[in-house]
Amino acid sequence: MKPRKSEKNRTKRTGLPQWEYLAFIAAVFLTFILCVSVGTVRLPWTDVLHYLEDFIFGTKHEFAVSTAPSIMTVRVPRVICVALSGMSLALCGCSMQGLLKNPLAEGSTLGVSSGAALGAIIAIAFDLNMPILTLAGPTVMAMLFAFGSIMLILFLAYKLDYSLSTNTIVLLGVIYSMFISSIIMFITTFASEKIRSITFWTMGSLQGSTYTEALMLLSVLVICGAVILSRSEELNAFAIGEDNARSIGIDVRKTRLTILIAVSALIGTCVSIGGSIGFVGLVVPHMTRMIVGPNHKRLLPATLFSGAVFLMIMDLVSRVILRPRELPIGAVTSLIGAVLFVFIFAGTRRTDR
Amino acid sequence: MSLLELRNITVSYGDLTVLNDISLELEQGEWLMVIGPNGAGKSTLISAVGGNAPHRGEVLFRGVSSVQMKPRDIARRVGTLSQSHSVGYSFSVRELVGLGRYPYRKGLMGGRDDDDERVVEEAIHNVGLADMADRSLLTLSGGELQRAFIAQLFAQDPSVLMLDEPTNNLDLVYQKEVFDLLKEWVSQKDRAILSVVHDLGLANAYGNKALLLDRGSAAAYGDMDTVFSDSMISGTYRLDIRQWMNKLYSHWTD
Repeated sequence: MKPRKSEKNRTKRTGLPQWEYLAFIAAVFLTFILCVSVGTVRLPWTDVLHYLEDFIFGTKHEFAVSTAPSIMTVRVPRVICVALSGMSLALCGCSMQGLLKNPLAEGSTLGVSSGAALGAIIAIAFDLNMPILTLAGPTVMAMLFAFGSIMLILFLAYKLDYSLSTNTIVLLGVIYSMFISSIIMFITTFASEKIRSITFWTMGSLQGSTYTEALMLLSVLVICGAVILSRSEELNAFAIGEDNARSIGIDVRKTRLTILIAVSALIGTCVSIGGSIGFVGLVVPHMTRMIVGPNHKRLLPATLFSGAVFLMIMDLVSRVILRPRELPIGAVTSLIGAVLFVFIFAGTRRTDR
Repeated sequence: MSLLELRNITVSYGDLTVLNDISLELEQGEWLMVIGPNGAGKSTLISAVGGNAPHRGEVLFRGVSSVQMKPRDIARRVGTLSQSHSVGYSFSVRELVGLGRYPYRKGLMGGRDDDDERVVEEAIHNVGLADMADRSLLTLSGGELQRAFIAQLFAQDPSVLMLDEPTNNLDLVYQKEVFDLLKEWVSQKDRAILSVVHDLGLANAYGNKALLLDRGSAAAYGDMDTVFSDSMISGTYRLDIRQWMNKLYSHWTD
């Protein structure tokens, strides 16, 4: 057997082709520029580029709009946080859909986001804080509650229906979300002076995000993203079926636990910073899957990029559509997500038969 | 040393014992047919060995207990085909079969080399799906899907195959094809098959060893003649087997 050179190259290439990576990165960058320049005050895109150049290389530019720098100190960290949240939430949705072999699995449909929000609220209401990082208390609680929520839902689903069918999981998730939402309302009503509005926790918003929050999101995303991306082959096997995954030698329990912990950490961080933003993890992987196919080696990286683009645009819509008023970003994503959810659900019902 | 040995495998859910104290050995070249009425515990036996059902007793590969092995080491020794497949996403045949190389992957990101690639293509070719390698699993017929999963097992290249109804969903022609394929597979060095087969005719034609299960216990175990004796089969299935088979195939026998 003498492998030809071209054949050899073909076999090594398992992820996204390079040009697709470039296209995705370009899309993320262009969306970023667009989102920073458009808003209550419209900035020329050259100002945005100049600001970034100043920020990175320490140069000093003249700006066409004199207030541009002060506007951008607010907008840039926000848009960065939005992009990172979009990446994280989309990645979480994608890996849960593969892991559970269920195209409707997602932080908000499984009740994981509400669980995380409850964790964060409890931490704030009862002043549970880490000594050094003020943000850490709510974030850690949100992570723990996110993980607890996933485990609880899966445990109940296993008890009710060993096959973990789509309908059981979605039904349990919906019931759990409603239950948690009402507890959130109780706590926010009683401890309203400390906690941001109920809308923030149930609909989400990334208004007023800071660089510190962006850094925190980034570091959690780098770690958990690496964990999830390195399990793409295992996710493929889970997406085909748990029995099959076990037959080809995957440590099913360990893999599932690892991925669920990574997902909880990501969702927990996102929720503690931006509240629970629904349906991103449902819509983005679904649309991306239609373009690049179900293979997680391509799907996971593609989902990261499209998640960033999607949520940045949603955030832009939420800021601009009722200008100068601002909608919660979750209201926009849920509006689109809910409609799509119905279509996907109808689709899975057809293939079940 | 036997490729696979089961010692006193027992599976019970609460008070209900589904499988009671089953022991067997598989040597190189052997094709063991597990037969018995519905609910006798045939599929449970396969699930237990494949790690899908909690069990007591010991599973040994060449004398080494599976308890001491990592899942990937086990997968290099035994591959399992489950009874039904439901596929949720549109993976291609090649992607499914390629997963069979998982136990051999090197490094964390699972790079594949040309050997892996060749084994996968060969497996796809062997089950006759070469011109469908890029088709989505969702578009395959039941028989094609079954053959795709068998190709994954061939790519996995274990020494023992455990097959739960391998010709489920297949018409007569494909039944014969798949069984001929498996027969050729098992004739190679260091290979053995354990399969659950409902069709007693097929089981008798291809097996060289059999286990007859009745309500979770072994009613008979050993060479074909012992297990397939009229009295054994008729007693277990509670049916006069010779009379029934004669009636069933009277059209084709002279």
